[in-house]
Amino acid sequence: MPAFGAGLEVQAVAADTWALVGHTEDLTPSNGGNIANAGFVATGAGVVVIDTSASKALGEAWLAAIRDRSTEPVVRVYNTHLHPDHILGNMAFPREALATLPATRQSIRELGEAFNDNLYRMVGGGMKGTEAVVPDGVAEAGTTLLGHHRIRVMALRGHSAADLVVFDETTGVLFTGDLVFFDRAPTTPHANLAEWRRSLDLLAALPFKRMVPGHGPVLDDARGIAMTRRWLDWIEQTFVDAARQGLDMNDVLALPLPPEWASLPLAASEYRRSVAHLYPAIERRVLSAGVSP
Amino acid sequence: MNPTLSAVISLLLALLSPACAAAPTDPLGDRGRWPDMQRQFYADGPISFDARVRVEVPANAEDAMNVPVAVDARAVASEGIERIVVVADYNPILKVLEFEPVTVAPYLAFRIKVQQSTPIRAGVKLKDGRWLIGSAVVASQGGGCTAPSNGRGTPGWERTLNTVSARQFSSAVGDRLRFSILHPMDTGLANGIPAFFIDELNLRDAGGNTVARIRPAEPVSENPVFTLDLAGALTVVQIDGRDNNGNKVLGTLR
Ligand SMILES: [Zn+2]
Repeated sequence: MPAFGAGLEVQAVAADTWALVGHTEDLTPSNGGNIANAGFVATGAGVVVIDTSASKALGEAWLAAIRDRSTEPVVRVYNTHLHPDHILGNMAFPREALATLPATRQSIRELGEAFNDNLYRMVGGGMKGTEAVVPDGVAEAGTTLLGHHRIRVMALRGHSAADLVVFDETTGVLFTGDLVFFDRAPTTPHANLAEWRRSLDLLAALPFKRMVPGHGPVLDDARGIAMTRRWLDWIEQTFVDAARQGLDMNDVLALPLPPEWASLPLAASEYRRSVAHLYPAIERRVLSAGVSP
Repeated sequence: MNPTLSAVISLLLALLSPACAAAPTDPLGDRGRWPDMQRQFYADGPISFDARVRVEVPANAEDAMNVPVAVDARAVASEGIERIVVVADYNPILKVLEFEPVTVAPYLAFRIKVQQSTPIRAGVKLKDGRWLIGSAVVASQGGGCTAPSNGRGTPGWERTLNTVSARQFSSAVGDRLRFSILHPMDTGLANGIPAFFIDELNLRDAGGNTVARIRPAEPVSENPVFTLDLAGALTVVQIDGRDNNGNKVLGTLR
C-alpha cells in the first residue's frame, strides 16, 4: 500500500537521472516523513540510487517510481549519511546493494532504532513496518565507470561525521546529501561547522551543472551552497556574540530571527534546535578564556 | 518594618501552615505529583503560588540531557530570601538543586536532565518562613536521567575532572558571572555507573566571604554551567566546592 507513493514528486534532472524532491517541511503525519531528497542514475549497467527516504512505505514507493523509469537492476544504493529521513526506506531495496561510509554504518547500528522510534512519534502510521537496516556494503571514495556514467563518490564531513556525496562526472549532476540545503533551514544535530564549511568549499570547486541538495528544489547553480554557508556563518556568529555577552541558553533561544531568514521554511525551529546542539561548546570556549586554575 | 511587628506576622503566617490551611491550587493544573512535592520539599511554612517567581524553560526540550532552566526571583528579592529549592515533579530524582543567593541577586540559570515531560518548580523560602512557588512545564521525549554521561566515553576525562572555567560579564543583560565545571554528574540510574555529582559550590569575594551557595543534585547536567546575576557588584574571585566522592572543586577568577 504505497500510501504516500502517489504524492512522490520525481523530477528528471539530466540524461538517465532523476530526483525525488521531498517537502520542505518538518516530519508530520500528513507528509508521511517525505521531507528529504533522493536520486537515481540509470547508468546502462544498473541503477545507482542515492538515499531511500524515511519509511518502508516511502522506500517502496520510491523503488516503484524508479521501476517506472528504468528496467535496469538496482546495483548500488548509497546512504548519504545517518539521518533517518534519508535512510529508513532501506528495507525496500535489495540488501546486497546497500552501501555507505564506515562511520555511517556504525551510527546507523547505534542510533537506527532510536531514530525509528522518534519518527514513529512524529509521523505515526506512515512508519508502519519500518525498521532500520544497516548497509553491509562499505562505500569508498573514488571514481568508477558504470555503464555510460563516470560516478565519483566523495567522503566528506561536517553535516555529520561522514557525508557521502555522489558526483556524476558524465552529466555534471551533484548529489550533495545534507551538506547543502536550499529553501529550508539546515539541521545541525551532528554538525561540525568548521568541517561543514570546508566541505562546502570542496563542493563549490566541482564543475557541476545541476545540484540535488539534501532538502529543497533541484538547482542549476551554487545558490544552495551559498545559502547553507550564510546560515552556518550566521548561526555561529550569533552564538559567539551571545556567549561573549554572557547570555544563557534560554536568552539565546529568545533572540529574534533576523529579517533575512523570516521567510525561510523551518528557520525558527531549526534555530532553536541549533541552540541546543551548538551553543554549549561555543560558550565553553568563551568561558575558558576567563579563568586561571 | 518594626522588628516586633514582623515577628508577630511571621508567627501568624507560620500558624497558617499547610497542615491546617487548604493546599493552594497548582496553577499548572497538574495535580498528579504536586501534593507529594509540597509535602516533601515545601512543608515547613505557609505556601503560595506566586507569578513573580519566574521559571523559564523552553516549551519543548530538544535535548533531554540539557534542558535550560532559569529561576528568577528578583521580583520578590525585597521580601528577604533565605534559599531557593528547585525540583522536577516527574524526574526519578526529584530535587534538582538548592541556591542561597547570600548577597547576589536571586537569579540562577543552569541545565538539567529530564526523564519525561515534567513541571519544574522553584520554591523561594523567605526569611519569614513562607514559601513562594513558581512553576513551568517542559515537554520532552525524555530519557535524560538514565543515559550515561557523554564524557565517560572520552579517554582521560578523569584528568580534567572539576576543571572550572569562569568569566564575569557586564553587558545589556547586566553584571553576570557564568562558570562551567567539567564533571560527569552521573545520576546513578544508568546501568553500572554509581551516582557521582558535584553537591556543593561556594562563590566567594576577595575577603573569603560567601556571596552565593549552590547545592546541585544528580539531575543537573553533565559539565554544568551556571549563570548568576551579581547585582551590580562584580565581586566573585573564587569558586570552591566538592563532589559526593570528596573531590575538590577550585577555580579563581582573573
Ligand atoms: Zn541530515
